[in-house]
Amino acid sequence: MSAPVLETLDLVKRFGGLLATNSVSFTLERGARHALIGPNGAGKTTFVNQLTGVLKPSGGAIRLEGRDVTHSRPEARVRLGMSRTFQINQLFRTMTPLEMLLLVLGEREGRGLHLWSRLDARADLVREAAAIAERFRLDDVIGETIATLSYGKQRQLEIAAAFAARPKVLLLDEPAAGVPEAERQDLLNIVSELPAEVSVLLIEHDMDLVFRFATRITVLVNGTVIAEGEPAAIAADPTVRAAYLGGESGDA
Amino acid sequence: MTAGTPSAPLPASPLPPEIVPAAPPPAPLARDVAPAEQAVRRARRWKPAEFLFWTVALVAPLVLPRSMLLMNEIAILALFALSLDLILGYAGIVSLGHAAFLGVGAYAAGLFALNVNADPLAGLLVAMLTASALGFLSSFLVLRGTDLTRLMVTLGVALLVFEAANSWRSLTGGADGLQGIAMDPVLGLFDFDLKGRTAYLYSLAVLFLLFLAARRMMGSPFGLSLRAIRDNRLRASASGVGVNGRLVVVYTLAAAYAGAAGALLAQTTQFVSLDVLEFHRSADLMLVLIIGGTGWLYGGLIGAVLFELFQDAVAAATPQYWQFWVGLLLVVFVSGGREAVHKAGAALRRKIAGLKIAGLFGGRRP
Repeated sequence: MSAPVLETLDLVKRFGGLLATNSVSFTLERGARHALIGPNGAGKTTFVNQLTGVLKPSGGAIRLEGRDVTHSRPEARVRLGMSRTFQINQLFRTMTPLEMLLLVLGEREGRGLHLWSRLDARADLVREAAAIAERFRLDDVIGETIATLSYGKQRQLEIAAAFAARPKVLLLDEPAAGVPEAERQDLLNIVSELPAEVSVLLIEHDMDLVFRFATRITVLVNGTVIAEGEPAAIAADPTVRAAYLGGESGDA
Repeated sequence: MTAGTPSAPLPASPLPPEIVPAAPPPAPLARDVAPAEQAVRRARRWKPAEFLFWTVALVAPLVLPRSMLLMNEIAILALFALSLDLILGYAGIVSLGHAAFLGVGAYAAGLFALNVNADPLAGLLVAMLTASALGFLSSFLVLRGTDLTRLMVTLGVALLVFEAANSWRSLTGGADGLQGIAMDPVLGLFDFDLKGRTAYLYSLAVLFLLFLAARRMMGSPFGLSLRAIRDNRLRASASGVGVNGRLVVVYTLAAAYAGAAGALLAQTTQFVSLDVLEFHRSADLMLVLIIGGTGWLYGGLIGAVLFELFQDAVAAATPQYWQFWVGLLLVVFVSGGREAVHKAGAALRRKIAGLKIAGLFGGRRP
């Protein structure tokens, strides 16, 4: 068995008196289709924010490809092969999808401090951006201002931009959240068509998407991992049903 | 619909049938260029209105030979505003203390001319290097924080520089300033004259070259990463952008540009006083960018033209109260007039684009 591509060891995050991440040891296998589920407020996004470096853990360690990245800056982790999408769209609203993809590709190729280079100096990157736009069904809006795109297209761009960094680990934070039914199918197809060599961690509320996509599921409740296993086992697990459904029933 | 728009399908064409081409023309480009590559190329191409703008700037002295001193002031203010646009319009850093870099550039150029060498270009270079050194050092103060803290920090730095210049009389001449600066001819060829002809053409040339450089840099992967930081810092960092490093670079660069404006001011007026460090310089500059719009490089240039012309006209009409009118302009413009002006501009652009003459300047509008 090859080494896991991403793992955490006893990861802890405290906000004052609140224990948001309670000694989580988590492993993402290479090529995994892994889902992290849990009721609202379970600490899923807090966990992802620590993985990507937006939040500093209070304790424990994070390893990416065997390297300790616990204290690395977010952009350094991107270069080491981890990229993410956001639960709430975080896009460059005045750019076009083409520009946003070119930005990610340029950073990936270390061109960010090239002050005198033209954007299309690397024609291969422009072609790659166009190919990614096509793959994520954005080719019809590639030259439009991002702020004017439909919500579904913006969600697709969220994933496309994370994918453009050519990640080994892709963290999808509720990719389908709020997407209207008409655009939902496109998005689900995009998620299930991600290449097999990319290891994917899906943070999701939507059980339909989770069970359709994931081959492994981790359940987080109140910052603690209460169960982990294959979808069928998780679905049958009485503690998961009690904790998860109990927490969920209060939500909209 | 007077202009013939060949590609638009017109069901009831007013043109007589023999003028309409019998068959659709073949694809104009033989080479197979992907749409994405075309889009990138189109975005960086020079628009006709840009040629027009610089042509007008170049021939203006022939039309108005008696206004060259004013034109020189406009060119210098435009360069100064271009500098602020680099950090405000592209990187999203607000500043109320940009005069610090203008002033340091002006003093550096003045002192260099008085004590070392009176060559204008050498002085220009020294001023840019000096100002960029200050820019580099102070850039670390604006990396973090909100707009409000940045306003306060930049204002504070400018006040510190002002008081330093005021107190260090042996170097700066204090309230008397630096007097008796005599410049050598530009490139050893063009003497500075009383009418301001050399001054204007020199300032315009420097402005143009630095504009070209800025246009190139803001269209580079680096420029794109600045826009990314301005639009969404969280996403920029999640896309691999090292935010702090980029901000240090652009702040240093903008300081060098402001230093160049200061050098032009010192060299063409042959005088430097504490006025170059005054708060109103920074504040006026914000007004210039509010008038012209940020993030498309021409905003500072057009804003400088309008601001100087307005100030000149008002000062001529009511010398005692011109500040009242400038204040009124600011209030009216910010509270609605700006939208009206830019909407009219956008409508004009659409009209012209509809005639297939040009997309005009392109770029982002505030």
